[in-house]
Amino acid sequence: MIGSFAATELLGLAPEMIGLFVAFGFMVGVFFGFFGMGGSFLVTPALLILGYPAPVAIGSSMAFVFGTAAIATLKHHDAGQVDYKLGALMFVGITLGIELGSRLVFGLEVLGIANVVVGVAYVLLLAAIGVLFTRSALDTDDEDAGDNGEVGDGGEDGDDDEAEDDEDEVPAIARKIQSYEIPPMVTLADGSRASLWTISGVGGGVGLVSGFLGVGGGFVRMPAIYYVIGTSLAAAVGTSLFGGLMSGAVGAFTYGRAGVIDLGIVTALLTGSALGARIGSSATAYVDEEDVTIYFGLMLLVASAAVGIGELSAWLSMPILDRLSFVLLIGSALLVCAVILYHGALAVRRTRGVPGSARSGE
Amino acid sequence: MTGTELLTGASPSIQALAVIGVVLLEAIVLYVGYGAVEEAVGSAVLDRLANGR
Repeated sequence: MIGSFAATELLGLAPEMIGLFVAFGFMVGVFFGFFGMGGSFLVTPALLILGYPAPVAIGSSMAFVFGTAAIATLKHHDAGQVDYKLGALMFVGITLGIELGSRLVFGLEVLGIANVVVGVAYVLLLAAIGVLFTRSALDTDDEDAGDNGEVGDGGEDGDDDEAEDDEDEVPAIARKIQSYEIPPMVTLADGSRASLWTISGVGGGVGLVSGFLGVGGGFVRMPAIYYVIGTSLAAAVGTSLFGGLMSGAVGAFTYGRAGVIDLGIVTALLTGSALGARIGSSATAYVDEEDVTIYFGLMLLVASAAVGIGELSAWLSMPILDRLSFVLLIGSALLVCAVILYHGALAVRRTRGVPGSARSGE
Repeated sequence: MTGTELLTGASPSIQALAVIGVVLLEAIVLYVGYGAVEEAVGSAVLDRLANGR
């Protein structure tokens, strides 16, 4: 009792809220570890649904993104998959974009419409990404006999098979963009060249999304680095995480100056997500991503509906809708997390355990 | 609990940097801590999972 009271005092949260955030962080971490993205854009909507003001929800989410990206970058740094030069060049654009995005949020807050606008933006964003993932999963099912080397984050472009054959290959669209030599051109770590304008544009665009929505922006940044700037897929993933680290740091600094970051929430989320990310990333060695991508896509669509219902609840003053919205968001995340862990457990049995013991389960 | 309690009286920029420092420290501690736990029990957990016991 004393211990829980001390914990409450320490984090400024009720024990059940600490438990909720640790559990939610765990789920977010599993997604992040497994898909290489997909965590942070669930955190802000969850905090909005829980009734936190938009600046607190976004600021805390940015600080959480910073912590998560720091952990992920440490891992990818060890594997030599981070192009620090490219990351540093993107920094200016990211900083300006985040500053612009956060000014937009604080301006909307003054007008009293920040929660509504951010909520609606989330509904559209989650729906768009959900449709992309679901369509990508369905396309893959249709092709079926296609190659297994495909990597999910870039999977939305099912026609561009040239790019997906080889992780070291730069996609055709990126080569085309690189062929427009708009000075100043810079040489990247892998020897390829890109215009500083392209790099800054990608950084600025991603920064704007990050600052406005409180997300790391990995779901935009990683494909943008891969398809627009043009690096290998491994470098795109590693550099995107480094970009997330910078976005998170700049965002946390911007919102931290306003004193709106809730460290209790960030600490509880990080405690869960650091463990979940380890498990999620270990699961990638056993589980075929295509088996669970459709669930992830559907979860995003449900999350979009949940945020929409949350907005309706505020407009119609119907608390029951708020509860429904929360249950949908947490429930869908819990379901997809369970699917990943279940597939992981089956695959571990299949590959390490008694032959045949797992096949009966599939 | 916002970052403003960390360094009361300090400028907003210093308080924001303190928040970033705390989060970074937490991240490193969690990375190292869970890494040690994984090292210690990861293999045993996978074996147990594989054998269904």
